Amino acid sequence: MNPGEGLELYEVFIRSRRGLDHKHVGSLRAEDDEMALQYARDVYTRRSEGVSIWVVRSDDITSSQESEDEAFFDPMDDKPYRHAAYYTVPDGVENI
Amino acid sequence: MASSNHNLSIAQYAIGLGDDALTLGHRLSEWCSHGPYLEEDIALINISLDYIGRARMFLDHAATVEGEGRDEDQLAYFRDDREFRNRLIFELPRGDFAETIARQCIVDPFYVLFFEALMQSKDPVLAGIAGKAIKESRYHWKHTHSWMLRLGDGTAESHQRILTALDEVWGYHFELFEMTDLDRELLDAGIAVDLAALKPKWDSMIDEVLTAATLTRPEDTWRQSGGRNGEHTEHLGHLLTELQFIQRAHPGLQW
Repeated sequence: MNPGEGLELYEVFIRSRRGLDHKHVGSLRAEDDEMALQYARDVYTRRSEGVSIWVVRSDDITSSQESEDEAFFDPMDDKPYRHAAYYTVPDGVENI
Repeated sequence: MASSNHNLSIAQYAIGLGDDALTLGHRLSEWCSHGPYLEEDIALINISLDYIGRARMFLDHAATVEGEGRDEDQLAYFRDDREFRNRLIFELPRGDFAETIARQCIVDPFYVLFFEALMQSKDPVLAGIAGKAIKESRYHWKHTHSWMLRLGDGTAESHQRILTALDEVWGYHFELFEMTDLDRELLDAGIAVDLAALKPKWDSMIDEVLTAATLTRPEDTWRQSGGRNGEHTEHLGHLLTELQFIQRAHPGLQW
């Protein structure tokens, strides 16, 4: 058997401190969910990087496709009024 | 209580525990870059580092209470095999992956129980080391337990290989529960662990994992011990040759 053959690919998310969000830190291969969690602990939290770990099978993630980037993201580019910076604050207004 | 004889006993006790950790830590470190795949390689080396960390703490404590001016490095690198007090199971070659997991299957539950008990030691340093190590050992057991299920209940070949590996290491488990005179002396003083008392719980932990892994418990047909008296297998000398080489060639070298 080749190294890694028959293993599933997982994405690893780590919460570095309480109150913060889980952040994607990388991926790994493992036989099942339980081992993926153990490996995530060993591979990604060796230097006290985390207080909580999520592992998700990469196959279970639905992601946007690069080929659809135009349809997905371009329409937002010409709507500057969706950004706060678009609006000027009238003189004399202290809080908005 | 605070006599120097008493301190020497504690030092001897700590040296035994330190040598157990040092030899197993070294054996596990031999997997570095040889693990079946990257993630498992890192997992094994993490476990190895846990053991080497324990060895340092135990040997440092031994050197301190002994009070003869030696330090942890001198204990680790400048004693010969006959002076090592590790029990035999820890010095056995790493073997293949099944053999490594089989040894851990015997050792991990033992350490979970041992450190739970050592946390109650009247020696505050030993109790402190136990408090740190128990967390590591609980994790080691989780790791090994997963692998036992996977190998035992995996393919026909993995089943056979883990069974054979268990058979080969089985006769060394008795020594973990043997009480030496030193153990009894320090048990009376509230410092050492009653090893024999751990056996029934260990038996049930082993039976649980073997049943879950569809494996048959090996029969108690042979037993080997002697490590605590300095009587070792032929493997320890080779292990020490590699472990001690740098310090023997360049005494006191630091990096």
